[in-house]
Amino acid sequence: MLKTFSLGGIHPPENKFSAGQKIESMPIPSQVTIPVGQHIGAPAAAVVKKGDTVKVGTLLAKAAGFVSANIHSPVSGTVFKIDKVADASGLKKESIIINVEGDEWEESIDRSSDLVTEINMAPQDIVKRIADCGIVGLGGATFPAHVKLSVPTGKTCDVLILNAVECEPYLTSDHQLMMEKGEEIMVGTSILMAALKVDRAVIGIENNKKDAIDHLTNLASKYPGIQIEALKVQYPQGGEKQLIDACIKRQIPSGKLPIEVGAVVQNVGTTFAVYEAVQKNKPLFERIVTVTGKSVSKPSNFLARVGTPISQLIDQAGGLPADTEKVIGGGPMMGKAIVSTDAPITKGSSGILIVKGEEAKREKMQPCIKCSKCISVCPMGLEPYLLMTVSQKAIWDRAEEEQIMDCIECGSCSYTCPSTRPLLDYIRLGKGKVGQIMRSRTK
Amino acid sequence: MNIVIITILTLGILGTLAAVVLYFVAQKFKVIEDPRIDQVEEVLPAANCGGCGFPGCRAFAEAMVKSDDISSLNCPVGGAETMNAAASILGKEVAASDPMIAVVRCYGTCDNRPKTNNYDGAGSCAVSASLYGGDTGCSFGCLGEGDCVDACNFDAMEMDPKTGLPTINDNCVACGACVDACPKNIIELRKKGPKGRRIFVSCINEDKGGAAKKACSAACIGCKKCQKECPFEAITVENNLAYIDYSKCKLCRKCVSVCPTNAIHEINFPPKKVKPVAVKKPVAPVGDAPKTAAPKAEATKKENNPSVESKNKEE
Repeated sequence: MLKTFSLGGIHPPENKFSAGQKIESMPIPSQVTIPVGQHIGAPAAAVVKKGDTVKVGTLLAKAAGFVSANIHSPVSGTVFKIDKVADASGLKKESIIINVEGDEWEESIDRSSDLVTEINMAPQDIVKRIADCGIVGLGGATFPAHVKLSVPTGKTCDVLILNAVECEPYLTSDHQLMMEKGEEIMVGTSILMAALKVDRAVIGIENNKKDAIDHLTNLASKYPGIQIEALKVQYPQGGEKQLIDACIKRQIPSGKLPIEVGAVVQNVGTTFAVYEAVQKNKPLFERIVTVTGKSVSKPSNFLARVGTPISQLIDQAGGLPADTEKVIGGGPMMGKAIVSTDAPITKGSSGILIVKGEEAKREKMQPCIKCSKCISVCPMGLEPYLLMTVSQKAIWDRAEEEQIMDCIECGSCSYTCPSTRPLLDYIRLGKGKVGQIMRSRTK
Repeated sequence: MNIVIITILTLGILGTLAAVVLYFVAQKFKVIEDPRIDQVEEVLPAANCGGCGFPGCRAFAEAMVKSDDISSLNCPVGGAETMNAAASILGKEVAASDPMIAVVRCYGTCDNRPKTNNYDGAGSCAVSASLYGGDTGCSFGCLGEGDCVDACNFDAMEMDPKTGLPTINDNCVACGACVDACPKNIIELRKKGPKGRRIFVSCINEDKGGAAKKACSAACIGCKKCQKECPFEAITVENNLAYIDYSKCKLCRKCVSVCPTNAIHEINFPPKKVKPVAVKKPVAPVGDAPKTAAPKAEATKKENNPSVESKNKEE
């Protein structure tokens, strides 16, 4: 019997059409748009100005605060302008627009593909390098990686957990990365273990990626302390709390972080970026993006530079089908519909999902029939139907009492609701409001 | 027979005892309340709308009785009449306050502001605003899901299916519920003005002129023509957006005609230079759209129709 998390969860159709597609490098676009806020936390502050010449890997914007991340140029060329540009959500955000000329890299970056296994850096230097290279969580949450690796005083960490479950349907970028860059991921894991000063790492992989489990298990024999854990396919196993529960059977108390139970979780894509940053001195400016969908003629996994317009990736995957109704940035469960395909790929873009016709439409909301399906699937043990009602009626004190802040926004409740109620939409709204109230209280 | 007498006696004695106990308890824990609170509450509108900033009319009455200086307090629903009545009970002075009304500072109708995508999420502006910039090219404008209409307790608002925007009628008491409900901060409380006449910039788009105009043909493009035209320095242009300070505006209407996008709306004004309709003015000093609408369309031909329509709708 395979392990999984103990509470709730769903199993939507997997639809991993792009599985096994080799990672294909995207051609460099003629112009890139780089938003300065691509991560959770404060947007970075631009350090270049109009007319500056930049190379691949040049620092464009500096982290503004501890929870923030540096942003580097993914291309070489001239800064065309710094302006507010509409992102995938249609809201205007400050961005740096660069006209591309050639492909000249910073000399400090090691561009060879040789595997460097030897780690000769002190833990604090590793964390500093990760911060300098602007590494953020590549699973989609884009939380700055160096923050997670800086264990607060008074807390101890005894295990590193690698998130390789890729529980979102359709997405295959992490799967393909594990197949092609397995060795690098192993070295990256060792680097993270060194940074955290732990001797145990668990890589959790869902059982629908048997080839990746076999591949990494073979490699792991050469790297001490790394254990591969095959997990039952269950959404949302990629959530930090669910993954820790599934892998090492520890439960994080409400409102606390994984470090409370001595664990740090990093995504497998992030681990590869950490390898490149530490061993090759390469900042994070490109990532693997799955472009997929039932109607897409060539579902693919692309290695794309940050700032590449989404439309170019779609064209590369066979073009936008005529019956497209919705384009989603990310997976179908937690992704957000995008307003325009002119928007750029960012550090958090794990996939582009194209949904056709009727499938894309949300059905009309029906009254709640109190079937309690949402409660049984909630992986956090909440009562989504109640949270939606109190959010609708703006009863914020009750929402706080019902632990609305514990919601991980996985969308299992909305997915399972037979009355197609927009549960998560309202819960997310309530979370925002309650969070605001709680912050104002501590001030 | 005996049983009946015993029962009556027992209950009678119990009742008397309880009454005595209750009497002393009531004396001991007596709450002495200023009787003026009740009197003041009596003259308040009992709408409990919260427009005064207090939770309900009684709390407002308590505040009026307790505070020495009531010049900062105002019941927008009752207006000057109610405030004077309440003040005379208390023997205090009220500050004269202008009647206010809510205005919708967006004229991104379906025609002016073409849709760029379809929103099919939960029917709430708050949810829509938490997700993205909206279903048109303008990320500042009205989302059209009607949170403001739901918030209105005075039947003063409704969604116009033709424009997709909310309209405000003269039932508005300026309680501010819609202002709080709008996640885009489009609705503003402004001076109602003499005879309900008011002028305002019906746009809050802070994008540069070109981008704003591309998204919506009725957008303020920040050209500053109105600022130059205004003889009273009532207009400021900040972040590519004009704003008319209603405390300085003398309702001369010079700005309205110079606006290249008709983003400045005038409401309840008689049509310019057309005398014959003056007869109708006293009949409907405030509101009543059709009477001013038809002549206005003829009189100010350079204005295009949508803006004229808007001026009527706003009333």
